[in-house]
Amino acid sequence: MMGGTSGLSDLDEMYEAIILDHYRSPRNSAPLDDPDVDLEVNNPFCGDEFHIQLKVSQGSVSQVGINGRGCAISQASASLLAELVEGKSYADVKAAVDSVRRLLKGEEVTEEEQDILGDIEALGGVRKFPVRIKCALLSWVGLDDALTDHLN
Amino acid sequence: MNDIENLIPTFDVEDVRADFPILNRKINGMDLVYLDNAATTQKPRHVIDALTRYYEETNANVHRGVHTLSVEATDAYELAREKVAGFINAPRPETVIWTRNTSESLNLVAATWAEEHVAKGDNIVITAMEHHSNIVPWQQLATKKQAELRYIVAGKDGVLELSNISNIIDSNTKIVSMTHVSNVLGTVNPVDELTRRAHQVGAVMLIDAAQSVPHMPVDVQAMDVDFLCFSAHKMLGPTGIGVLYGKYDLLNDMSPFMFGGDMILEVTYEDAKWNDLPYKFEAGTPNIADAIATGAAVDYLNNLGMENIWRHEQELTAYALAQMSALPSLTIIGPKDPTLRGGVISFMHDSIHPHDLGTGLDQLGIAIRTGHHCAMPLVRSYDVVAAARASFYIYNSKHEIDELVNGISETEGYFA
Repeated sequence: MMGGTSGLSDLDEMYEAIILDHYRSPRNSAPLDDPDVDLEVNNPFCGDEFHIQLKVSQGSVSQVGINGRGCAISQASASLLAELVEGKSYADVKAAVDSVRRLLKGEEVTEEEQDILGDIEALGGVRKFPVRIKCALLSWVGLDDALTDHLN
Repeated sequence: MNDIENLIPTFDVEDVRADFPILNRKINGMDLVYLDNAATTQKPRHVIDALTRYYEETNANVHRGVHTLSVEATDAYELAREKVAGFINAPRPETVIWTRNTSESLNLVAATWAEEHVAKGDNIVITAMEHHSNIVPWQQLATKKQAELRYIVAGKDGVLELSNISNIIDSNTKIVSMTHVSNVLGTVNPVDELTRRAHQVGAVMLIDAAQSVPHMPVDVQAMDVDFLCFSAHKMLGPTGIGVLYGKYDLLNDMSPFMFGGDMILEVTYEDAKWNDLPYKFEAGTPNIADAIATGAAVDYLNNLGMENIWRHEQELTAYALAQMSALPSLTIIGPKDPTLRGGVISFMHDSIHPHDLGTGLDQLGIAIRTGHHCAMPLVRSYDVVAAARASFYIYNSKHEIDELVNGISETEGYFA
C-alpha cells in the first residue's frame, strides 16, 4: 500500500479480520419465508437499515434472517448476531444482548459470557471509536425490541 | 471582464492558514485536513481575540446602563450589526436582526410573517434541496393553516427544474423559501430569477444563505430579496449567533417572535408596546460577545475580499471535481460544471459505506462529513441512505485535496 497502510493500521483495532470477514460474507442473510418475528430497524443518523426476521419454536429462536445495508461494523455485527442466536432460547438471547451492550460500553463481561460471545468479542474494538458504537449496537437493540414485542 | 478579474489581487493560502490556530493540530498523529466547512468553519485568531478581549475588557449588559462599560458594550454590539449590514449591503443596520442561527431566523419568519399572511388555500413554495430547517417549519405551518406546501424539484444533475415554474409559483403563493447554495449538492440556485417570479405574483422571497454569504459576495438590495438568513459559525464566527435580514417595512409590520426584556418600549400591568427595529425581535439579553466576534469575522472576510474568496473556492472545486472524478469508485452528486456550484462536493463510494470511509480518512487526519447532511429527502432521492461530503473554505489548498484523494484510495486499499 505504498507505505500508506501505516496511517490506517489503528483501524485494525476496530476492523479485526473476523469483522471484515463477516462484513464481506454475512451469515444468515437470506430472507425467511413466513417468519414469526419481522422487524425493520434503522439508524437515522447514518441511514443504516436492517430487516430482522426470526422463526421461533418452543421458546427458542430456530431460524434467523438478517439483511440490510449499512457500514462494515453494523453489517458484521448483524451477521455475528445471526450466527449466535440461532438455536438459542429466548432467555439466552436476552442474556447475550445484555452481554453485548456491556461489552460495547466497556463494562465488565465475565469469562463465562466471553465463551458464549466467542467471535463477537471482536466487536469490542469499536470502543476506541465511540461514534461507531451505535453501528455495532443497531441490530442487537432491534433484536431485543423484536423479542420483547413477540413475548408480549 | 476577465482582464479586470486578473488584476484583482488574491490571497496567499499559507498566510491565511497561519491565522488559524486549530490548523496546527495533529489528528491521530497526522496534520489536520479540515474539509467539513459546510458544517462549520474554523476560527481565525482575530475572531478568538475579539471574544476574549470583550470578556476581559468590555463585558457589560447592553442598552441598559449609563456606566462606561455598558456604553462601550452597546457601541461594540451595534457596530457589529453595522458591519454585518454593510457586508450584505443591507440599506440600514436595523434591518439586521441577531438570532441564534439560520434555523431560528427561518423559524422566526415562519412564526411571524407567514403565520399572519398564510391562510387556507394559499401555498408555500420551497425546493427539494432544502436543509431540514427550511422544510419542517413550513410543513408545520402548512398543516396548521391548511395551506399547500409545494416543491420545486431538482433533476438528477442537481439543478432545479424551472420549466413549469409559473404553475408552481402562482397567484396563491404567499412565500417562496429556498436555499441559495445547496449544502449537499453545492448547486448555486437562480435566486434572482425566482425572486422576480415570486414578486410577480405578490409573494415574498426568503433566502437561506447559510452556504452562500460565507463564500460569495451577497447584496440583498441587488437581489431584492425580502428576507435572508445565515449563521456566523459558517463564516469564521462563533456558534450560537445568526442573522435575519428583512426589508424594513416587512419587519416593521411583523409581530414579535419572542417576548421579554429589550423588545418592549413600555409595559403596564395590562399591556405592552413593542420596541422599534431591530430590538422588537431581540428579546432578552442578546448574545453580545458573539455578535462582536461576528463583526470581527466580517472584518477578516472583507480584508480578503469576497470576490477573491469565491474565486479561490471555485478553483478548489474545479480541481477537486477533476481529481475525484478520476477515481472510478466514486459517484459525485450535484452539477458537473464547477461554475454552477459552490465548494461542496458530496459523493458515494461504490463499495465502502460513508461511515467506514469517514473513519478511515479521520485516521489520516482528514475531516469530512458523512450521513444525510440534514437533507434526508434529497439524499434518499439519489437512492442512497448516506453520502460523504467534502466542503472547502479560505484555508484549504489543492494539496489538501490531493490528501483527500490519496486518503480515499488508501481507505479503499484497506477494505479491498
